[in-house]
Amino acid sequence: MNVRLYVWQRATAALMVPLVLIHIAVIFYATRQQMTATDILSRTHGSIVWASYYGLFVAAVSIHASIGVRNVLAEWTPLAERHAGQFAIMAGIVLALLGAHAIFALVVT
Amino acid sequence: MPETPAHLSVSLWRGGREGRYEAYTVPRRESQTVLDVVTYVQRHIDPTLTYRFACRVGMCGSCAMTVNGHPRWTCRTHVAKVADGGNLEIGPLENLPVIKDLATDMAPFFEKWQQAKGVFAPSATRSDALARIKPASPARLAADAAIECINCGVCYSACDTVRWNGDYLGPAALNRAWTLVNDERDAGNTARLQAIAASGGCHSCHSHQSCQEHCPLALNPTASIAGLKRRAAAAYLKGELKA
Repeated sequence: MNVRLYVWQRATAALMVPLVLIHIAVIFYATRQQMTATDILSRTHGSIVWASYYGLFVAAVSIHASIGVRNVLAEWTPLAERHAGQFAIMAGIVLALLGAHAIFALVVT
Repeated sequence: MPETPAHLSVSLWRGGREGRYEAYTVPRRESQTVLDVVTYVQRHIDPTLTYRFACRVGMCGSCAMTVNGHPRWTCRTHVAKVADGGNLEIGPLENLPVIKDLATDMAPFFEKWQQAKGVFAPSATRSDALARIKPASPARLAADAAIECINCGVCYSACDTVRWNGDYLGPAALNRAWTLVNDERDAGNTARLQAIAASGGCHSCHSHQSCQEHCPLALNPTASIAGLKRRAAAAYLKGELKA
């Protein structure tokens, strides 16, 4: 872990604090209102706001988690730091693709 | 009050990295230290036992060993405090190469002090007037809180991150760097921050605080490392450091 990765990991963590709180609040709201999946999708379809909100969330998670994976691999496995970094980039890309797929389903299809 | 046993059952590490623990019986004495126990074995039972000590009063930092699973300065550790039912297991410090028996090679430990730029870089010459440092200034207080390190290696031996990451500079070297970062007379902070902000530097610390828990002088290297993290991150964001 160097200062660049440290700053990125802390910055994405700070960014996720309000995003997680909003996400949890939305879950509570949807369940309290007894909203069905159809109700939810009818509100999110075509919404730039929800696409931006969850797009930012997915980007922050992908960066934050992949830096963490890199550290775990570098410290707890025989992988060299460079290879741990390469594996972590792949893990980050997978997370970003999965997140993008979910957002696409929420907003477009 | 439980009766003090007449003898101690002592297991000492013998050999190099591939050694083993061997059992000895040592008479129990009043106010006996762990270093006294080791010294007794060498002088009365086996003169080939290898260990390291110098001052015997907690100043030189030479005699640290692993005692019943914890790194300790043995000259100031009373047997009464650590002997578990009259049993002592004494090994070399962890996270360092074993030379023989209880003596470890401290070279990697001190090399990391060099890597962390733990050397004072003067900003003045001997011809200049003495620097006037206000004792109550925040920087001086931060340096004072960390400066009494005796280089015993206990924190390095106790550190999980050192165990997992051979490149990690370790608590002592980073604690030393923190004292210099807060030394108004020092001119080496650009290179120092660059060194401690690199891979294996202060940002590798997980803040487990084993260093703080085990430091025989009750220093808090974790707090020093946290200070370095903040200082280096700020310098990076200002564009003063290369990542």
